Amino acid sequence: MSEMYVLRVNGDEHGVADAWLGESLLYVLRERLGFPGAKAGCEQGECGSCSVFVDTTLVCACLVLAAAAVDSEITTLEGLQPGERGAVTDVQRAFVETGAVQCGFCTPGLIMAVHALLDADPEPTDLAVREAISGNLCRCTGYGRILEAVEVAVDARRGAVG
Amino acid sequence: MPVIVPESVESALAALAAFPDATVLAGGTDLMVEVNDGRRSLARVVAVGRVPELADIRVDDATVVIGAATTFARLELDPVARLVPALALAARTVGSPQIRNAATIGGNLATASPAGDALPVLVALGASVEIAGMYGRRLIPIAEFFTGPKRSVLEVGDLVVAVRVPIRRGPQDYLKVGVRNAMVIAVASLAIAVDLDRQRVGIGLGSVGPTALDAPEACSWVAARARWRGDGVEVTDDDVVEFGERVTDAARPIDDHRGTAQYRRHAVGVMARRALRRCTG
Ligand SMILES: Cc1cc2nc3c(=O)[nH]c(=O)nc-3n(C[C@H](O)[C@H](O)[C@H](O)COP(=O)(O)OP(=O)(O)OC[C@H]3O[C@@H](n4cnc5c(N)ncnc54)[C@H](O)[C@@H]3O)c2cc1C
Ligand code: FES
Ligand code: FES
Repeated sequence: MSEMYVLRVNGDEHGVADAWLGESLLYVLRERLGFPGAKAGCEQGECGSCSVFVDTTLVCACLVLAAAAVDSEITTLEGLQPGERGAVTDVQRAFVETGAVQCGFCTPGLIMAVHALLDADPEPTDLAVREAISGNLCRCTGYGRILEAVEVAVDARRGAVG
Repeated sequence: MPVIVPESVESALAALAAFPDATVLAGGTDLMVEVNDGRRSLARVVAVGRVPELADIRVDDATVVIGAATTFARLELDPVARLVPALALAARTVGSPQIRNAATIGGNLATASPAGDALPVLVALGASVEIAGMYGRRLIPIAEFFTGPKRSVLEVGDLVVAVRVPIRRGPQDYLKVGVRNAMVIAVASLAIAVDLDRQRVGIGLGSVGPTALDAPEACSWVAARARWRGDGVEVTDDDVVEFGERVTDAARPIDDHRGTAQYRRHAVGVMARRALRRCTG
């Protein structure tokens, strides 16, 4: 059993009590703190559906020991939403517009990965896009529409800036 | 305190000495897979990722000193780490962006998998591992660090502090064979480092033996055959072919779910020839 600890998620502090020491950040986010955005696919780092930011770094929440993530700023998909409930980010809108969402299980992880990419590199090459999403598995789309969605998001940001 | 987050190597060592049941945690990409699977339970954790000395990369006397908690993402891009180009290339082949953002070179060493992508590079360059433990610090040559598959000289209470990698003038490369380009554990891999100043060639092999292997006989043979110029090195086509055979002889592969020994031997030959061609001419 681990002592009570506090995680900072999407700007707010959340106490975690009566947890087991080995619990992953993914488990704590979903089962204890009510953030279902990160999905539990493989719990071994292979599928990327659990992607979150820990201090702005994109990682698999399933491989983060929750009790060691104290003193970090954790951002989940829920924390990306700008403004009031229901609003979506430019990347989310691009995924919806291009039909890059089928069953949707991979989508939150991909949205996080694409945000990480575009924040670091607003004009990525095709290779950079493919590398950036290489840790996110999608069983439905065949990736074509996901690549298209990234292009649409890049264009949208270009438009928003220019 | 079940999770200890020390701020120095000394306090990490003190925690490990006080709690022999404690587990060192760096990026968690090996450890948490085992925990999630129920193959490993944790009594206590010493999380070393924030110890400043372990996160440091610096140059010391023609050697790059890479702190154990340095991630592969940083090794890919950091200008000092890139003084060892083969290591940056190997880093780029590890897992996915998410994995590289967390996985550390110290974890790669401590896990000591024959497939660890940093390890052939460290072998090719004759790196050494700085370990701190109950009885002080020691520097272990990479060739003596591994004692078997997933085994090393690390003992309970030991911490990998850094790896010291010599800076060599000359071309380097890292080649990796697997079923796809991303997110793949090597079926076979090879690092090469040419040292123009000392007129030497170094090779490290991954996934074709119980640990990362060197190929000393092939390396001294090719170094003696090569025509060394100040700014490069030349070998004949026949020597490239024979080098491939000699490196293959150094491999000790087995059959497993990722590939057969025969395929691995073939892959080593192809990689050795390709690597030598890329580094000469
Ligand atoms: C999806 C996935 C893909 C992967 N792909 C690759 C790949 O392509 N190539 C590859 O080489 N590896 C790969 N790995 C394995 C893993 O990412 C690497 O071995 C990584 O380097 C481990 O480092 P870590 O910091 O995450 O170690 P951790 O998981 O934190 O620790 C691993 C072990 O090392 C010990 N340890 C860690 N740091 C120290 C230290 N400083 N001193 C003493 N002991 C220490 C821990 O106690 C533990 O036993 C992959 C893993 C996953 C989950
Ligand atoms: S659930 Fe974390 S990578 Fe699959
Ligand atoms: S949309 Fe179903 S897994 Fe990607």
